[in-house]
Amino acid sequence: MALLTIRNLTVRFATSTGSFTAVDGIDVTVDKGEVLAIVGESGSGKSVSMLAAMGLLPDTATVTADEMTFDGQDLLRMTPRQRRRIIGREITMIFQEPIASLNPSFTTGYQIEEVLRFNAGLSKRAARARALELFRQVGIPDPEEKLKSYPHQMSGGQCQRVMIAMAIATGPRLLIADEPTTALDVTIQKQILDLLMKLQEQTGMALILITHDMGVVAETADRVQVQYKGRKMEEADVLTLFEAPSHPYTRALLSALPENATGDRLPTVGSFLEPEVQP
Amino acid sequence: MSVVEGRNLIRDYYVPGSLTRAAKMVRAVKGISFSVDRGKTLAIVGESGSGKSTLARIIALIDPASGGELLIDGKPVDIGKARLTREMRSKVQMVFQNPYGSLNPRQKIGDVLMEPLLLNTDTPAAERRRRAEEMLAKVGLPPEVFNRYPHMFSGGQRQRIAIARALMLNPTLLVLDEPVSALDLSVQAQVLNLLADLQDEFNLAYVFISHDLSVVRYIADDVLVMNKGEAVEQGSREEVFADPRHPYTRELFAATPVTDIEAIRERVARRKALRAAMA
Repeated sequence: MALLTIRNLTVRFATSTGSFTAVDGIDVTVDKGEVLAIVGESGSGKSVSMLAAMGLLPDTATVTADEMTFDGQDLLRMTPRQRRRIIGREITMIFQEPIASLNPSFTTGYQIEEVLRFNAGLSKRAARARALELFRQVGIPDPEEKLKSYPHQMSGGQCQRVMIAMAIATGPRLLIADEPTTALDVTIQKQILDLLMKLQEQTGMALILITHDMGVVAETADRVQVQYKGRKMEEADVLTLFEAPSHPYTRALLSALPENATGDRLPTVGSFLEPEVQP
Repeated sequence: MSVVEGRNLIRDYYVPGSLTRAAKMVRAVKGISFSVDRGKTLAIVGESGSGKSTLARIIALIDPASGGELLIDGKPVDIGKARLTREMRSKVQMVFQNPYGSLNPRQKIGDVLMEPLLLNTDTPAAERRRRAEEMLAKVGLPPEVFNRYPHMFSGGQRQRIAIARALMLNPTLLVLDEPVSALDLSVQAQVLNLLADLQDEFNLAYVFISHDLSVVRYIADDVLVMNKGEAVEQGSREEVFADPRHPYTRELFAATPVTDIEAIRERVARRKALRAAMA
């Protein structure tokens, strides 16, 4: 059974020059324990659609959908109070800039204990113990010391580990990772992806991975959804997508990878997409 | 003869002390030697903190080296000792990573392109304009962009403008510091193609700084892998990619995600088995 179901999601932003449609009729489903990758370039609406599901968009955004349910509960019609019981507890999210995601004025320990006290209902003492346990689980070296460190005293990779620790603190059933490794070096990227996959396999939570990197998709996803300009181009299991991509845009993206270059020139997406993309 | 040659280049940074910390010297580049011939590309690969951008700034004659020797067209150049001549400045040009930061928002594209001629040559105004228009065509931009401002362009178009500016003085060497890492995959392919075309047309030498091994494999003739200020591996592209010798290079290769079908098939099978075991 699907854990998260979104049907016909549209997100419009009011701008000074009129309304701009960032997401145009997108469907997203993710099953329990599944890893779904949403791939697209900038402007594809991949982040906006997930922010809409989390209710994190600014007031200038208008979100409409035929259906938006999490484990059978209607996210569209619930009160903010009911919603908060799900968002941040059952569904959590991590972002691209780990250092910017943390508050620079508080220690990382304080910030994760805050999550544990307010979202997991632990006492101060229990939160402290659990925070240490979580820091160990996500592989932060010297965890006792690091609980007392401020974000600027840690590297980008370590900050992302802290973010992951906070995101799994409440034992969520769905973790949404928005370009979690884009700002990191490749060797650190590998460690973070390995960690996310290990945690996913241990806890059985579902994982939605938003990325622009086909290599990351190949190494993590069960199922893949390709988006372009706010629309879904293709959806397939990961093997099918790489072996036999059906949409011209997906084929174009794959052949634009320098590692797949066959001749002297790289094929560009534009040469596949003329004149207009038809989803 | 080599367009550029580095002999045991060193760069130290002075880190001032504070109340609690003594001042110290940090050696960012620890004695690197290389050479690049006309029409060839040397790729410098490394992660953040490896010293690759520091080295790029030395080669581009922006920062002086603290030790060692830099030869441009066989002539030693030390900007720490003598003012850079117009002739030398014309020979070496640089393209930066972030096309949003490297163009003055208040300068029209035409002025961006004409400025290097104004500063470094005695070309008359009409001729400057003609050459700027010519260069726009070469990088694939229409003539009407001449009077527009940078904010009216996408990242890929801005990078074309930055490349056009770098070529205005007919340089023999272009230092490209992560020129495609801020761009979407499809745009990245276009810019890489453009760079390959321009290299052929003007017989340019490139020093291409990158952290992305798939791009390096596509564009480089020679590869230099940096780690913590040292060149841990140096050789032709074929040598380095076929038979990486240094453990760090191997680690870098292993961490780079690939879209290999067999690897995906294996991973999917492993995930299936794991799920079956859990169920």
